[in-house]
Amino acid sequence: MATKQILSHLPGVFYRQPSPDQPPYKSDGDPVAVGDTIGLIEVMKTFHEVQADSAGKLVKFLVENEDPVMAGQPLAELSE
Amino acid sequence: MSIQKLLIANRGEIAVRIIRAAREQGIATVQVHSAADADSLAVQLADDAVEIGPAPAAKSYLNVDAILAAAQRSGADALHPGYGFLAENAAFADRVAAAGMIFVGPSGDTIRLMGDKVAARKVAMEAGVPTVPGSDGLVADLEAAKAAVADIGFPAMIKAAAGGGGRGIRIAQDMAEFERLFPQASAEAQAAFGDGALYIEKVIERARHVEVQVLGDGERVIHCFERECSLQRRRQKVWEEAPSAALSQDVRLALCESAVKLSASVRYSGAGTLEYLYDDATGAFYFIEMNTRIQVEHPVTEWITGIDLVGEMLRIAGGAPLRFRQDEITLRGHAIQVRLNAEDPARNFLPGPGTISDLRLPGGPGVRFDSLLYSGCSIPPFYDSLLGKLIVWGEDRLHAIDRMKSALAELEIAGIATTAPLFRALVDEESVREGNVHTRWLEHWLETNAAKLA
Repeated sequence: MATKQILSHLPGVFYRQPSPDQPPYKSDGDPVAVGDTIGLIEVMKTFHEVQADSAGKLVKFLVENEDPVMAGQPLAELSE
Repeated sequence: MSIQKLLIANRGEIAVRIIRAAREQGIATVQVHSAADADSLAVQLADDAVEIGPAPAAKSYLNVDAILAAAQRSGADALHPGYGFLAENAAFADRVAAAGMIFVGPSGDTIRLMGDKVAARKVAMEAGVPTVPGSDGLVADLEAAKAAVADIGFPAMIKAAAGGGGRGIRIAQDMAEFERLFPQASAEAQAAFGDGALYIEKVIERARHVEVQVLGDGERVIHCFERECSLQRRRQKVWEEAPSAALSQDVRLALCESAVKLSASVRYSGAGTLEYLYDDATGAFYFIEMNTRIQVEHPVTEWITGIDLVGEMLRIAGGAPLRFRQDEITLRGHAIQVRLNAEDPARNFLPGPGTISDLRLPGGPGVRFDSLLYSGCSIPPFYDSLLGKLIVWGEDRLHAIDRMKSALAELEIAGIATTAPLFRALVDEESVREGNVHTRWLEHWLETNAAKLA
């Protein structure tokens, strides 16, 4: 089973949900379509959506909610 | 009792600024910092540094227990909160005082009073200071709101009493829209601030943002004239100057005297700023809110008055009376500050952290640079994007703009994108040179000119 990764396009802090009192964008096992938002990156007090650039099933997240991430770092793993 | 050892509960360029002011007065400095700021300029310049937590501000610069523990351990007798973070948190000011330290700023009670926008409006009205036409305090429900807006007229703003920084505001153009937006605004304010209380204000169109700097010692208050900060993007100031290009001498005096009256009515202590909207069309000014802290744009006031505002904050907090009478504060020349942010104006101001690979700073007469930068320093992604401020002084406004232009030509910050290209374009813009701007001008200008900013 081929796997792909969704990478962070920015350095910052990764969030899995739009705000603390809302459910996560995606959970393990969820289907993902191209353009789906899977999380937010906070950089310098601004928030940027992370969108999937390919479709598949979300196998697992590779970083925790609120983890600091670097640009280019894998955030989640997708299966075909 | 004057301050002996000052803890700086902030980061970045303002921490550097506070260290410099303290050092001039022989005050020892303790810089608290997150793990991400261990190599910061402020940490390097301070006499002592204490790490208070990991990178996210919630776990470091907003961690009250860790900050107070660091203060206790280091033997600091005073704390300067800078701006942002905990600077206008009344409970924090109370905690600092309860721990037996001096909070460099007004009392928790004053912060609480002026931080409540409805209460601050009431203080202003009682002091005879004009406020934006609006509801008489909070509006209880939609019916009361409709009655208030019928008197005020449209367009009207629905504002959250607990809002701030441009959040919690809706604008209605007519009654139908007002009826639709009011419940939304209430629900949003409840969700965002835990307080659904709303009030109504008239929208002043084509307003300028002017603000008055005051200094008080709890007995006496003086003003240090006004600043104008009309060039804003998303309600964030990017270019600030003193004095305002728009005010006549009569209006200037009336404005500054109103700020003194308002601050004196709450026996203000420390440095504070009273923000107003100024209506070019009518010459009227309206108080909007008071900031009970030092502001990012304080250097322009320092330059036209010759007063070290951060230094005076430390003296007042240490118990000294104000050193100046009002008639000793004079206004000389014109000063302009631009905010150099780690944002790319060619990519819709996308913030971008990174490493500063080279740094060349402008100099010569009338040029000041306040920043967190040094060659090789890294800019973490965790905090706001302000890198530093380029400030110039000229004999008059056009002289200052020309100096800004040549200073910007000398400036080189390599390794990351900055907002310098925006200012290199603005210094040549006719409306900017004529001072013919308002708070929405820059956003309109960017719609057609953003492409030039590569």
